[in-house]
This record gives sequence, C-alpha cells and structure tokens, in this order.
Amino acid sequence: MKLKLKIWRQKNTQDKGNFKAYDVDDISPDMSFLEMIDVLNEQLETKGEEPVHFDHDCREGICGMCSMHINGRPHGPQQGVTTCQLHMRSFSDGDTITIEPWRAQGFPVLRDLMVDRSAFDRIIQAGGYVSVNTGGTPDANEIPIPKSIADEAFNAATCIGCGACVAACKNASASLFVSAKISQLALLPQGQVERKERAEKMIAQMDAEGFGACTNTGACSAECPKGISLSNIARMNREFLTAKASSDNA
Amino acid sequence: MLDSKVPEGPLSEKWTRHKFNVKLVNPANKRKYDVIVVGTGLAGASASATLAELGYNVKAFCFQDSPRRAHSIAAQGGINAAKNYQNDGDSIYRLFYDTIKGGDYRSREANVHRLAEVSVNIIDQCVAQGVPFAREYGGLLANRSFGGAQVSRTFYARGQTGQQLLLGAYSALSRQVANGKVQMFPRTEMLDLVTVNGEAKGIVTRNLVTGKIESHSAHAVVLATGGYGNVFFLSTNAMGSNVTAAWRAHKKGAFFANPSFTQIHPTCIPVSGDHQSKLTLMSESLRNDGRVWVPKAKDEKRKPEDIPEDERDYYLERKYPAFGNLVPRDVASRNAKYVCDEGRGVGATKLAVYLDFADAIRRDGRDTIEAKYGNLFDMYRQITGENPYETPMKIFPAVHYTMGGLWVDYNLQTTVPGLYATGESNFSDHGANRLGASALMQGLADGYFVLPYTIGDYLAGSSYEKISTDHEAFKEAENNAKAHLDRLLNINGTKTVDHYHRELGKIMWDYCGMSRTEEGLKKAKNMVKELRDEFWTNVKVIGTADELNLSLEKANRVSDFLELGELMIDDALMRNESCGGHFREEYQTPEGEALRDDENFAFVGAWEYQGPNNPEKLNKEELKFENVKLTQRSYK
Repeated sequence: MKLKLKIWRQKNTQDKGNFKAYDVDDISPDMSFLEMIDVLNEQLETKGEEPVHFDHDCREGICGMCSMHINGRPHGPQQGVTTCQLHMRSFSDGDTITIEPWRAQGFPVLRDLMVDRSAFDRIIQAGGYVSVNTGGTPDANEIPIPKSIADEAFNAATCIGCGACVAACKNASASLFVSAKISQLALLPQGQVERKERAEKMIAQMDAEGFGACTNTGACSAECPKGISLSNIARMNREFLTAKASSDNA
Repeated sequence: MLDSKVPEGPLSEKWTRHKFNVKLVNPANKRKYDVIVVGTGLAGASASATLAELGYNVKAFCFQDSPRRAHSIAAQGGINAAKNYQNDGDSIYRLFYDTIKGGDYRSREANVHRLAEVSVNIIDQCVAQGVPFAREYGGLLANRSFGGAQVSRTFYARGQTGQQLLLGAYSALSRQVANGKVQMFPRTEMLDLVTVNGEAKGIVTRNLVTGKIESHSAHAVVLATGGYGNVFFLSTNAMGSNVTAAWRAHKKGAFFANPSFTQIHPTCIPVSGDHQSKLTLMSESLRNDGRVWVPKAKDEKRKPEDIPEDERDYYLERKYPAFGNLVPRDVASRNAKYVCDEGRGVGATKLAVYLDFADAIRRDGRDTIEAKYGNLFDMYRQITGENPYETPMKIFPAVHYTMGGLWVDYNLQTTVPGLYATGESNFSDHGANRLGASALMQGLADGYFVLPYTIGDYLAGSSYEKISTDHEAFKEAENNAKAHLDRLLNINGTKTVDHYHRELGKIMWDYCGMSRTEEGLKKAKNMVKELRDEFWTNVKVIGTADELNLSLEKANRVSDFLELGELMIDDALMRNESCGGHFREEYQTPEGEALRDDENFAFVGAWEYQGPNNPEKLNKEELKFENVKLTQRSYK
C-alpha cells in the first residue's frame, strides 16, 4: 500500500505546531498502525530527520499508552481497539491519513503526538482506591460477591486510562474515565466505606484539572477502546448527588 | 561461594523465624529513612505503597507516563495461590513442590517455599483493594488450572489479571502519593546507581521530557525494573522494557545471575512479516481448553477444518498423556519447534501450530468459551483477521520472561549492600523455567510481603544521615551518564538504532534461544562483539540530549542490550547441561528431554563485572535440596 500522511508536528509544549505531509510506500495490510509509523520513522532517521514522537508501549491494547487521533477519531476508524491494535487492513491503498495528538486543555502536548495525561493520575490520587494497608485483610472468600455485581465491577475496571474519552468529547470531559473507577468501587462491598467521600473528591479533582462537563452525547463510550458503558456516568452522577445530599462539604 | 543467607530451621518455619529475627525500625524512626524504588509494575508499586504505609519516605520512578502502564499490566492468565478453595488437594507444600519441579531444580528451596506461603495473603490483599477477580455464582472466587500443575489454584480476572492486579497496586501507590509519603517521578529513567563506600546510596536519572540529568539520594535503593527479554528485539515485552537500570547496577557491583535462563512462551501469535515490532502472547490458560496439533503429513495444504481426526497429530497429548496440553512452557515450546523442524508447521511461514477450540465449544458451548476467553479471542481476531471460534488459532513460541536477573540473597538484597532487586529483575524463585501464573505471584509477594520486612533489617543498621547529592560519587555518576549520551549522539553514523537492535535480536534468537549448541554460541559471541563495535561507530541517533528524544532513549537502552547479550551467551556456554528453558542440544535424554547434570551444575551462576572488555568472573551459589528429591522431570 501507498499512503499519504498528514501528521501534527510540535517541538514541545510551547511550540505552536503544524501539520506536515509524508509519503510512505510498501505498507503491508498486516502491519499495525504503529508499525506503519515505525516504517516512516526509520525512513526519517536514516535521512537524519527528527522521527515522529508518539507514545506507545505494550502494543497489545492494554497499557493505554498509545494515543493518536486518526482521521478525526481517537484510536482511528475501528470500534473497540486501541491504535496499536488497529491494522493497516482497515485502510485502502492511496488513502490520506490525518494524525493528531489528543486535544484537550487537561492534556497538554509534550511533543508531536505525545500528551501529558498526569491529570488522570491526580484524579485517582484524589480517591480512586480502597484505604487498606498491606496485611491484616480478611480471607478473600469471607465476603461473597454476587457474580453479576463482580462482573459489572470488572467491566468498569477494564478502563485503560488512555484518554480517548476526553479526546472524543466536544467538552473534553473526563466523566467516563472518572465514572469507571467510581462505579467499580461503588459496586463492590470493599468500596462502601469511602463511597461518598470518593465520589466527591474525585469529581472535584476532575473539575480542578480543567476537564469539561458531561452533556451526555455518548461520544466517549462510542470511542472507548474497552467499551466502558455510558451507564457508569449515570451511576457517577447518582453517587455524587447522594454524597452531596449528606455531605459535610455541601 | 556466595552466601544466600537462608535462615536455619525446618523449611516451613524459616520465614516465620526470620521475620522474628530481623531487626525492626521503630515506627517513629521509619520517617527518617528514604527509599528509592525504580519501576512501578507489580513488584515496584506494591513495594512503594507498602513501604510508605509503614512510614518510610519513598521516591518511585517509572519511564512510562504513568505508573499504571508498567508492563505487568499485560499479564493475562492469572495468579497462583495455595488457597485450596477447590478442595482438590492443593497446599503450600504442593505449590512449593510444583514450582521447584517446574523450575527444573535450579531455584532456591527456601525462597520458593516463602513464595508459596505468602501467596495466600496476596489474594486476600488484592480482594480487599477491590480487585474484581472472577467469581462463581455462589459469590466465591473462581479458579482455573495452569501448565505444570494438577490442581486448580489460579485466580484470574478474565484474561486481564495483570491489569487488575496492577491497578490494585497502583491505587495503593496513588493513595500514598496523595498522603505525601511517595514522591512519584513518571517519565524518568534511571541511568546509574550511586554507591558510596560500596553501599547503594542513590541513583542518577534522566527526565525524559526535559532531558535533565538529576541525582537522588536515599538510604536504600530497590530495583523493580522487570526483565530483559527485549534483548531478542521481538518478544512479548512492552517496547520500552529494558535492562538499563539492572545492567548499570551490575556494572556497579551487583552480580547478574543465570542470564541465559529465558522463557520462551508456547502460545504467541506467529510473526507475520519483517515489519513485526513485537509479539503478542495468548494466555497459556487457553491450553486448558484448546488442543494443540499439527497435521501428520508434511506440507499439508488443506484447511485445518478439512483435515480429518486421524490425520492430525495431537502431539502433546500423545507424548505426555498425564499432562497433555498442560505441560510446562519449556516442554510445550520445544515440542512446537520440533514439529516445525520436521516440516509439519502450519500457516504461511510454516512456523506455527494449531490451537483448536472446536472440541471445547462442542462440549461446553460457545457462550462458556466466550466467557472464559472472550477478550483473547477478540484480540487474536483483531491481529490476524481470523475468527478462532470457527477456525483453529495458529500459535508459535516467543520470548516472554527472563528467569535470570540480579543475584539476591534470601533478603532480596543484591551483592551491593543497600541495593535490592524484586520481581522479574531478580533471579530468585523460578529456577530455569517459570510456571504460568507465577510471575504475578512473585512480583506481589516480593513487594507486599517480603521486601518490607527484609529492608528494615538493613535500614535498622544504617545511620539517619543521608549522603548529599553534591557528593563526588553523584557528580561522577552524572558526568558518566551525560558522557554516555553525548557519545551516542556524536557518532552520527548511517544506520538506525532499530537496525542494530533487530540484528542483535536475530543473533540471540538463532543461537541463544529455544535450543543452543557450543558451536553456535561461540559463533554468536563473536557476532555480538562485532555488532557492538559497529554500533559504536556507525549508529545514527537524532536530536539532542536536552529534549524529549525517543531516538536517544532507544539508543541508550540498546547499548546495554549489546553488552548483556554477550553475557547471556557466556552463561549458556558455561552451563554444560540442559535445564528448563536452557536447552543445550549436546545434553538431552534419548527422548529429547532436557538432561540435567546435578552433580556439576546444581548451582546459581552469578557473574561479576570486571571492567569494560574484560571477561566477567563467575561466582557460584550452591543449591542445596534438603526437602525435594531431584528427579528427571517427567510430565508423561
């Protein structure tokens, strides 16, 4: 396959950045999207030009590091996959492909296609945990959890923190990410003790990071590579209201 | 002979006694000690969180943009624990025994028994954190069986167990970051270990965003930096996984043990072409329900569905009736190689075997199989474009895990006082072959339940005073790190870093991979040396050192792989026997199984750095087996 690429190049956070056009030939349909960029970078480096900087690590769809906006969609045209699991068979010979970083106030660009997602870490630090120290925990089978509840918690827990939800949202809202963690722990008995405090604190941090509000368009869930359900946002809102109704911080 | 510091007493009481005998640091004094933890996978995140909970001040480092992305996240299948919830005869002793046997009697009895002991606490800990393990309809935890075991002791979270366990440890770590007890440094890579009077006192790092070289001082340093499988270029490791932290520590005095012990995982998606950048594992749990086979005839052209039963060779079931498709990884991998060497491999490259779910789907229904393996089947379909519900998967072995690593004693301390190594970065628990679902167990055992005790013993004897980062040892390490990067940037040759990495990987896979010979290894040693020389005169690294520079990061890591590769070859050459993942063709039984030489090689080979271009010195730790009888492993 031969392809034309339009790639966002930006030297660092302060740089203004702009699109640059590149041609690549000999692209196999079995290559992953990132392997196609590897081919381009090998060409650029051989010529002595700066390679395109992008985040990637596991290349098996689970670490959440890769983060490309491809032809206007986070992680590209296919549903339910990360960029590293997108294969060139999803494109046709002669296509022009536009590649950009995630665009959101909460995710400043570091270089080219790499963004800073540390805001997500700070949101988890605000309360995305059960406060247990190591040791002294009860036997794992002491608290039975209905399979349906465990499965639903698991579905929420599969979020990989890639940020596609934010990139997809016209408001750059982080609601799907935040609600997935709030849901997981609100569903499980282990999360009950800190349930209210957790919802309040995580949502406050989300707002402080400059992410927008949710207007229920559902773009986040549609673009989520792990298919995190929109119903988590409904649950988050319920958790938040319940918490606020009895909160000392109201 | 190296002293492993294994405590006296009966095997099952060693750890309990040791915990009583180690020195404690008074709760009020813990805050006077700083500990550096490098790496935030299962071993690093669990250690950082636990040390902080105890009251130590922790500085944690990872090269990824967030600690949640460490490569533990990609582990699929599960985590072993001797809970015996299934009432099928499991016990701490059986998990210990299976692990020692699976490791082909090249691991340390006392460490492995401790691992089996604390395995039960890990599950309790993770459940308390809200890790959503798979459950039965009655609400209790579900288990499955795994290679090398005849009991069901593996806990799992669909095919994403590593992800869920890591997010559990990451949440505990995040809580300590919020408490101010852990200072987190993401996108920061360790470039050197700093020692003062022979003791580990800190590290030198590079901020990967700004390029700034910085020094960090502490009372002890913990490496939890994972394995070195990427020396093979193609492996199931993440692209960034590297040996740099461990290797630089090695050059500062930490012995490197059993570097040639690498695990080739039997169930990976085969290579599709030269563009391949990494290999994807399909969890070994698939072998619970999938049947491995190849056609009986060479050069079979028919589609797998069209090949009748009596023309298929279910070679693992045929050769190993007791364990069948669940033989340990090294046995499964080697047998896949044999049938492909015979010309009975399948697929375009003929370097693959079938893993067939047709019988399981007929027996249990598609829904059941989907519930167990749905995400793995989806992943396979995504990568290959084939539907495994309808046609058998094609699989082939790939480099997956490194049993070798920094030598540590029973306390997980390396040969450098104050420097500890945990998880995959140490060598300790898996011998010459790791059983499935044991890596997660070991990472969390080290981080949650072992290191937090043993490091106290060292710290209790150290003064509160911290070495200043203005100390000449820090300045020297900083200057060396800078000089190394500048040297890479100034070569300005003609070939890319990836070119050299790919070449190195090919040499290692061909001569130091699934099977090795003296002749091949000697040839490979020269090839690696030549490649390294060429790298240092002809590599092209773009950009500068004071910016975000992926080209430079890669070059820096590959420069260490080029040195490690030679040591792996030396180790494989030294070990004139076959054991577990180390298979020397000269040493095999008439049936083609690994033939150990317990009389001469029941030891850990720990290599000591002797300066650039000098051969490393071999030190030995004798392995004493007081509780298990050494037998030829048999899974028949």
